[in-house]
Amino acid sequence: MTKPITNQTLTLEEIDHIAELARLALSQEEKLLYRQQLSAILEYAAELQTLDIPEGLITSSSLNRSSILRKDESRPSLSQQELLKNAPLVENNQFRVPPILE
Amino acid sequence: MPSCASSNSKSDLLNLTLNQIVHSLRKRDFSCQELTLAYLNHIENLQPSLNSYITITPELALSQASIADQRLSDIQGHPDETLSLLCGVPIAIKDILCVANVRCTCGSRILENFKPSYDATAVRKLRDLGMVFLGKTNTDEFAMGSSTENSAFGVTHNPWNLERVPGGSSGGSAAAVAAHLAPVALGTDTGGSVRQPASFCGVTGIKPTYGRVSRFGLIAYGSSLDAVGVIGHNAADVALIYSSMAGYDPMDSTSIELPIPAIDLSDFPKETFKGLRIGVPKEYFIPGIQDEVETAVMESIHFMERSGAQTQSINLPHTKYAVPVYYLVAPSEASANLARYDGIRYGTRQPAESILEVFQKTRGELFGPEVKRRIMLGTYALSAGYYDAYYGQAQKVRALIQNDFREAFGSVDLIAAPVSPTTAFLIGEHTDDPLAMYLEDVFTLPANLSGIPSLAFPVGFDKLGLPIGMQLMAPHFQEALLLRVAHAYQQLTNWHTCMP
Repeated sequence: MTKPITNQTLTLEEIDHIAELARLALSQEEKLLYRQQLSAILEYAAELQTLDIPEGLITSSSLNRSSILRKDESRPSLSQQELLKNAPLVENNQFRVPPILE
Repeated sequence: MPSCASSNSKSDLLNLTLNQIVHSLRKRDFSCQELTLAYLNHIENLQPSLNSYITITPELALSQASIADQRLSDIQGHPDETLSLLCGVPIAIKDILCVANVRCTCGSRILENFKPSYDATAVRKLRDLGMVFLGKTNTDEFAMGSSTENSAFGVTHNPWNLERVPGGSSGGSAAAVAAHLAPVALGTDTGGSVRQPASFCGVTGIKPTYGRVSRFGLIAYGSSLDAVGVIGHNAADVALIYSSMAGYDPMDSTSIELPIPAIDLSDFPKETFKGLRIGVPKEYFIPGIQDEVETAVMESIHFMERSGAQTQSINLPHTKYAVPVYYLVAPSEASANLARYDGIRYGTRQPAESILEVFQKTRGELFGPEVKRRIMLGTYALSAGYYDAYYGQAQKVRALIQNDFREAFGSVDLIAAPVSPTTAFLIGEHTDDPLAMYLEDVFTLPANLSGIPSLAFPVGFDKLGLPIGMQLMAPHFQEALLLRVAHAYQQLTNWHTCMP
């Protein structure tokens, strides 16, 4: 279901919700700024709602190609050592992260 | 006012075009190492005032140059031996394309210390031909921007006027070529990021058809829009690099399995223009466009007409929707693509107690304002309840924009238009108003949304002496036509030889 777009101005609660979904820690100042700027951009984009779209017209790419799958065959890839080279924290050849279970 | 050569007979090493360098290296007029050192010195001298590079790679460049010198001297006296024309030729690479073991920042603090283990396919092809990598050029963070002001490593200055932006996001590459800090450079174009900086800096740049050049190793922003492009001094130089990196790549599932036709750069420009049908879309000549931009572009179109082309007025009625469509589609794709930067597997991590806080602090503190703005916008456009109204609707209008081009190309071979409504704006002029900045992209976005190729090249100057660019757009896979026509234009004019 599509919610009707009645008021384009985002609330601070919505900004909090989007930031949470996007995993972004934002300052109060940033939230206020993005509320104002995103609302302006969305209001500008609202003119798209006024267009009549012919039935069945949609695209997600510019060349309308179907998905391509590669053969399910193993092939050479980068070594574990190479892949860990850029990790911020490594322990015993593994990525080290804070506890994920209490 | 700019100085423009009537011919290309310049003596300075650094003023040579790519094709002249190819010729001179064959004749051993100078060595690859001499040429590379000349560029590296010039970069060092101008880096404080232009800031066009994020990372300079002198050791890599000199070792590649030394190998190239060896290969070039090995073929002396062996005319049967084949060696790539590009062997020993220097190039700069936008810092969003992976070069193995050279840090790739994407203009972001979050990847400040990231060193990829592999080359992007486009980069690998040029490496295999023996090209010399001078360094990585400045870009708006993750290619999101039209000015390079969004780079975490400082703005790049326009070589024509240091108070002005070079355009973006490939502003470092365009400024580097314009200031002769590289004979040619790679860029990427998601919404105009090769063509607009090329226009602002008075150089030539191509955005190929979507899928023509592999995106493998191009760090993703808007995956249905991203394209690897080239910026150079003229169409012939751009053609040489483009044709060397185009082609199918199994590592990119959207890469196209079609042969790359040879590009015939005729020495008879009037033959090229004869009978060529050029469409002039009235939606690209609108109130608000700078007078001098409109005049210079129209004069060039009339020049092509006098040279044998036929022009006709066409309609691309959905052009004005390109800005809202792009600024919903691209941020939506970006919000998904940039989810991978979580501080776990690569990049910098901000310390925190819980894993959730690691994600939030790393992303909140290390992404810049524009990247966070687009992630927020895209997350909202894709969120439950709003997906159909925003992302879904934008994709439908995108199809209308594609239909506009399909219909237009039924009656014309090419479409001619300005690249940007204005010449280079002042640093800081639009930074407080993102929407005003987005509106700067109105003429470049439709080609990305439709996947068609487009080429930008200089056609004049405004009264402040700032370059004006024009773009030609062609049907899918018609890069050769774009390059042939721009080459013909450049044989009859000298805007592309003007230097800051």
